[in-house]
Amino acid sequence: MGTTFKDRTAIVGIGWTEYSRASGKSTLHLADEACKKAIEDSGLRVRDIDGVVTFNVNDSVSPQWVAASLGLPELRYHLERWGGGTSAPAMVADAAMAVACGLADNVVVFRSMNGRSGRRPGGSGEHPAPRGEDQFLIPYGWTSFVHACAIFARRHMVLYGTRPEHFGAVTIAARKHGALNERAQLRKPITMQDYLNSRMVADPFRLLDICLETDGACAVVVTSAERARNLKHRPVYIMAAAMGGGPKVSGFSPNTAGFLRTPSHGDTYAKYVAPHLFGMAGIAPKDVDVAELYDEMTFATIFQLEDYGFCKKGEGGPFVEGGRIELGGELPVNTHGGFLSEGYIHGLNHVVEAVQQLRGEAGLRQVKDAEIALSTGVGLTVGGALLLRR
Amino acid sequence: MADYRKPLPIPDQYTQGYWDAARRHELVMQWCPHCGVYMFPPDPMCPGCNSLDREWKKVGGRGRVYSWFVVHYATHPDFAGDVPYAVVLVQLDEQEDLRVPGNIVGCRPEDIEAGMKVEVVFEDVTPEFTLPRWRPSEE
Ligand SMILES: [Zn+2]
Repeated sequence: MGTTFKDRTAIVGIGWTEYSRASGKSTLHLADEACKKAIEDSGLRVRDIDGVVTFNVNDSVSPQWVAASLGLPELRYHLERWGGGTSAPAMVADAAMAVACGLADNVVVFRSMNGRSGRRPGGSGEHPAPRGEDQFLIPYGWTSFVHACAIFARRHMVLYGTRPEHFGAVTIAARKHGALNERAQLRKPITMQDYLNSRMVADPFRLLDICLETDGACAVVVTSAERARNLKHRPVYIMAAAMGGGPKVSGFSPNTAGFLRTPSHGDTYAKYVAPHLFGMAGIAPKDVDVAELYDEMTFATIFQLEDYGFCKKGEGGPFVEGGRIELGGELPVNTHGGFLSEGYIHGLNHVVEAVQQLRGEAGLRQVKDAEIALSTGVGLTVGGALLLRR
Repeated sequence: MADYRKPLPIPDQYTQGYWDAARRHELVMQWCPHCGVYMFPPDPMCPGCNSLDREWKKVGGRGRVYSWFVVHYATHPDFAGDVPYAVVLVQLDEQEDLRVPGNIVGCRPEDIEAGMKVEVVFEDVTPEFTLPRWRPSEE
């Protein structure tokens, strides 16, 4: 492989607001707060920031507004992606590329949303007109992103014998971890019986399979590896990034997301992204100490464990059993509780947690001697990922 | 029929032919005359040969249940009275990745099985619109 941005940049600051069901604040206000905290955490001054990156699904605030609000003397790089969960790792990669290529020195990356009290992504509280792909879905009652996920999850059950108890193990682990995380919204541990008794929403999904719609913002600061070495915290280096998917990734409507043409609904973008990701980093899945996997629904964790190569295809269900993905297990997953417990800040909160783990600042939920972390973002057929190291 | 209250398709230049055929109780798929690939949902370009030519071709209306879900809590209020209802993704016999969503009729949600054979049926929900749906088939 030729020159890549491997290890040439680092995450040096992290910040977050309260995660809640009703922030009572604008997305600009939340973004300002998260960015300010992340910059303070880095040891840089606000005026050192010259790049701002974010993403939205028509629910956030532009990087230009945040740059103005922060009072940045100069904005040399700005980017606003549109899209779903694929975007969080991808925009950290965008920031790293800008820094590695000299377009900017210090870039703040944020995601700000009133995902519960404002625009609720995923179809709840919103009823778009049945145009485009949606004209083949909405008239039949396929009206939510949850429904698209259910098609994938059911297909996996059909192909590989994945059971509700496997989905349950994912949400139980998330709650167990969230109980140790002061940011988490749901901090009460649950049992398998609690899971199985929870209300069926769209079979095979119960209420406890589904992420928490959340208000809040978080942010990270990306700078060069050289500058990172003289800042406040131990740098967390960006080893590798990858994004995209395979053939026929088509059909993204933010609410229904049919993805009707994808070759197989039994796997995800990750099987295409993983070789590029691990190839750039020059490591193997077994080298990963902690994985923060985008978990808009429980099933996504199982799919990604397979498609990133932590277990064989079809064995993701058994893999999540027996505490293997819990703290102290073979591969701790979503040590902050993920979207199922901490909240849905669209995947950037997974990056924040990965950084805390690699700094050794995760307190009661610290993975001992964590050196390498995977953080991912899913759009089912498209997605992205970062490999970070201390 | 007159009091049908659920969302109806909003056809466009790429999909009008599909809904026109449904009104005639025919299931058609976009088809590439150059390489013979079917496409659903319709697409301006054939992903097989990049041709921008396309035709509507009548298909047999038979397939198998590829995947499905059963809605118990409707996020869209127009479907609240229907729960529990099933949405199936049917893989048509013509092509492996040719999959069409719809509702199943004549089958309880709990009786749906992967791979079960289904055939299209047409429901004239309004004078303007006919929705293709699916029912279990012996053949
Ligand atoms: Zn063709």
